[in-house]
This record gives sequence, C-alpha cells and structure tokens, in this order.
Amino acid sequence: MINLRDKGAQFWERSNRPVRVLTVFAIVAVVAALPYAGNTFLQTPVAAFDAVLVYPMGMFILMALGLNVVVGKSGMLDLGYVAFFAVGAYTMAILGTRTGLNTWEIMPIGIAAAMFAGVLLAIPTLRLRGDYLAIVTLGFGEIVRVSALNSEAIGGALGIAGVPFPPGLGFEYQLLDQKYFYWTIVVMILLVIWVIRRLTVRRPGRAWESIRQDEDAAELMGVSTYKYKIWAFVFGAAIGGGAGVFYASRSMVIAPDNFTLNTSILILACVVFGGMGNIWGVIVGAAILGYLPDRFRFLSDARLLLFGLVLVVFMNLRPEGILPRKKREKAIVKKGSGA
Amino acid sequence: MRLELKDLHVHYGKIEAIKGISVVVNEGEIVTLIGANGAGKTTTLKTISGLRKVSSGQILFDGQDISNVPAHERVDLGISQAPEGRGIFPGMTVLENLEMGKFNRKDRKSEMDEDLDKVYTLFPRLKERATQAGGTLSGGEQQMLAIGRALMARPKVLLLDEPSMGLAPQMIANIFRIITEINKTGVTILLVEQNAQQALQRAHRAYILETGNVVKEAKASDLLNDPAVREAYLGTGAH
Ligand SMILES: Nc1ncnc2c1ncn2[C@@H]1O[C@H](COP(=O)(O)OP(=O)(O)OP(=O)(O)O)[C@@H](O)[C@H]1O
Ligand SMILES: [Mg+2]
Repeated sequence: MINLRDKGAQFWERSNRPVRVLTVFAIVAVVAALPYAGNTFLQTPVAAFDAVLVYPMGMFILMALGLNVVVGKSGMLDLGYVAFFAVGAYTMAILGTRTGLNTWEIMPIGIAAAMFAGVLLAIPTLRLRGDYLAIVTLGFGEIVRVSALNSEAIGGALGIAGVPFPPGLGFEYQLLDQKYFYWTIVVMILLVIWVIRRLTVRRPGRAWESIRQDEDAAELMGVSTYKYKIWAFVFGAAIGGGAGVFYASRSMVIAPDNFTLNTSILILACVVFGGMGNIWGVIVGAAILGYLPDRFRFLSDARLLLFGLVLVVFMNLRPEGILPRKKREKAIVKKGSGA
Repeated sequence: MRLELKDLHVHYGKIEAIKGISVVVNEGEIVTLIGANGAGKTTTLKTISGLRKVSSGQILFDGQDISNVPAHERVDLGISQAPEGRGIFPGMTVLENLEMGKFNRKDRKSEMDEDLDKVYTLFPRLKERATQAGGTLSGGEQQMLAIGRALMARPKVLLLDEPSMGLAPQMIANIFRIITEINKTGVTILLVEQNAQQALQRAHRAYILETGNVVKEAKASDLLNDPAVREAYLGTGAH
C-alpha cells in the first residue's frame, strides 16, 4: 500500500516556503468551508452535517489529540480518558447554570479541574506499567461516571440541563446552524496542534519519546520518568477537559451517559486507527471514525457491526494506522537551536 | 571520587539477589565484577545506577550515601551506565541517542559538539552512522552507541554491563582496548563481564561474585594466575 505519511513528508521537504504557505492556506480553507458541504454526498442522513462536524468529529479530534500525548507519545495505555472530558463538561454545566460565568471564563477552570483530576489519578498509578495502568485508568473512568450518576446534587442520571451557549463574539452561536461552533472548535484544534508541536520539539517531547522506547534507559539518561509521565497525563487531561467544557456548552444538556467507557475506547480507536504518535494521522483517524457511524446511520444497528468489521479489516491491512509515526523520528534537537 | 558498596542487600520480591556485598572502586581504577549467570552482576550495577532499590546497606559516592537518590539524579552526580543488552533507543537516530545522553546538560551547548567529537573519535563508526536509527545498528555498533551515550554525560564513574556480549572476537578486543582508553581519560570504570580473560587483563582489581556473595577480591593480575579462578572462569584449568 502507498505510504501516505512518507508521501506527505516528502512533499513537505521538497516544497519551498511559498508552496508550504499555500498548502497550509488551502487546507485551512477547505477545512473552514466544510460546513457548506452539507448538500453534497457528505451529508449525514439524521443529524445535520454541520452538527456532525462539531460532534462527534471535532470533539473526537480534540480528545484523540489529547489521548495521543498519553498513549501515542509516551506509551501509557489510558482506558479512562473520558473521565477528563466528563470533568470539563460537568465543570461547565455546574458553573454555567449556577454562576454568571460564561463559557470562556469557565474554560480555564474546567481545564484546571481536569488537570487536577489527572494529577490525582497519575500520582498513585503511574508507578504501574502496562496492563495494570490500563486497568486502573479504566476503573477511574467508570468511577467518575458512576459518581456523577449517584450525585443528586449534580442531577444524578438526568444530568444537568440548560447549560448556556458560549457568548458570541460579534456573532451568535446557534443550535440549528452550527458553523460557529465548528469554526471555534477548528481554532481550538489548531491551538492544541500548535502547543503539542512546540512541546514535542522541546524537552518534554524528547523525554516522552525516550520513555516510550525504553523507560529504564530514559531514567539512566537522567530523565525523571515519573515526572514526565505525570506531565504527559496532565497535559492530556487538560485537552480532554477543554473539549468537555466546549461540549457541554454546545450540547446544553449533559448526563453521565455521555461519558461511558465506550467513548474512551472509541477515542483510543481513533488514535490507533489514525496512526499512534502522529498527530496528523490521529486527526484523520478521529475525523473518519467520528463521521462514518453518522453517515451510515440508515444501516441502523448493523452499522456498528459494520463499523467494527471495517476497523478489523483495516487494521489488518495497515496495522500502524493511516498515517503512522515516522519510523525514525527527526533529529529532535538540532545543534544550536533554542530548544 | 570513590564508589563504595557497604554490606549491600538487594531483593526481587522475596528473593535476595544480592546478599550483603562490599565493593570498593577507587578513583581512576578499572574494577571488574565477574561471575556466572545469575550471580547478581547486573543487579549490582542496576542498584548503583538506581534502577533497583537497596534493601539494606549503603552506596557511598564521594563519602555520601546515595542509596535514596533517584536514578535520574545519579547521572548528574557522575554515575553513568551502559546497560546490559545495550538499552539504546531503537527509534532514535545515533545522533539523537547521543544527545539523550546529555539530557540534563543540554543548556551547556558548547559541551555538545565537544563531546560528540570525543565519542566520534573513540567510535568513528558512529559518526558514519549518525543519522541511522539505533535499532537498525549491528550488535557491535549498538554496544558502541550505548557506551558513547553514557560518556556524553561526562561521567566520573562508568558502569559497563557485559560490553563484549555477542561480539565477534576482533570486536571484543577492540571494545576492551577502548575501555582502557576511556579509563586513561580519567573515567573510573566498573566493568561486569563474562569474558573473564579479557576483563582481568584490562582491570586493576577484580571481585568474584557467586550467587549474591563476593567470594574473592584481588588484584586482577593475581586472579589471572589463580588456578581455581582459571578453572572456574577462564575455562582453561590449572597448568
Ligand atoms: N526482575 C527480576 N525479578 C526476579 N528475579 C530477578 C530479576 N532480575 C534478576 N533476577 C534474579 O536475580 C539473580 C541475579 O540476576 P542478575 O541479572 O543480576 O545476574 P547476572 O549476574 O547479571 O547474570 P548474567 O551473567 O546472566 O547476566 C538471578 O537469580 C535472577 O534470576
Ligand atoms: Mg547480567
């Protein structure tokens, strides 16, 4: 099969600055124009296409990018990632309905709350490796959901309704036309990509990479593996929390049912399907896995079966995902660079 | 600089792998630790570098007990290990692997080029292969990389775990020659080896480890001529 990742990388290497700038603009333009593609073959039968672009697609991309830092870059299997999404969403829902704070004011609080949850989970569990870590994080995800389910103060099984939309910035966020939600999420995704890329070329990226490849050797090099693992976890949690805040503010209603193990697994599937460790692959993977079930909704129950089948077949054909990580990462620290 | 293990005990769960050994490595020495499979050589090195916890006893470095210092901080004190089985980062290039060796000293940029030069002088092969992925190097090249990477941290003590493992005879002689060379630049060396012949020829002093105990300590040259040692570790018996 053709190696899309290498083709892309080659194209990028060979191109000069104007071509690169043009490419970026073209991609951004296409992505920005997507909400207008609702009347094409892309149209989703039940939910409106612009709504599908926001959720699941946009949200999945954000979460997959966050989870990729933990699983793809640092090699820790987190099966409870949805917990951080839930913490962000509940922070938004509670504060949004009970205080005068708006979405943008709650955003940093929601992110901080998710990071705090990340630290709480990370400190006792990150000394574990492999399977144990997977089991404990899975449990954590369930604990968060079940706690919400059993807390009448935050709505129990019914959850919280009437979560306010974000205040518009010269435009109004609308339910029936979700262009603005979509564009906002695109900006959030770009921001996250930018931050991740900055981190990866710096010490944290090198530390995560070394931990993933050989944790003992990393420790021998002077990498505080425990500290960097917590840092990866908390960073991933922050992205999940931010996504959760926005999700709650768009959905108006949230309930524990939105945060099941299913979501954690699905996000993990996005990461694996797209290409673990490669943010472009993860984005493509999440977009596809977010989109397909909605597109083929007319198949009703069979669609999930089919979805699973497609995944199985595909992963056999391309075990490393659509756009796998580079086999040999580029010299991360170039001599004389400010990294 | 002096590294000293005092009545060191190390456990894996309930199993005691190191049963109270005392070892001294003086500044400038090459000390070798020889012993059969499972004697506890690797465990001893891992405990010095901090990958294993001390059950009881002390690790003194410059007179200070470092047994509670985490592994990643011991590098900064001047203890570097080239681990058994090499432990290089397979997905990083040779250059990136070497740069990782300086993870905590990166702020000192002038050092980077200087030390890369030093490593490349010791191992010209690594320079040729600078952009090749560590995992695709030959066994001998990986061994060079592991040693070179450990040197990047400018260690006072270098811990080497079976550097000759899996190498062709010619390569073995080469590695041991380089170990002596490194030692001459002022790096103290604690060398774990199965290849007792070569190790004893290169080392100043030696300890023999048997199932977690030091059974003998002597000048390396004396051990080379010791009939019992020849019988047990050099496979040549007494003449
Ligand atoms: N992770 C572990 N868990 C349990 N026991 C271990 C572990 N690692 C080593 N051991 C045991 O500790 C003892 C010492 O092992 P060690 O690796 O230190 O031996 P060694 O002298 O380096 O042997 P070799 O020459 O084969 O490398 C052995 O009996 C071994 O089985
Ligand atoms: Mg060993």
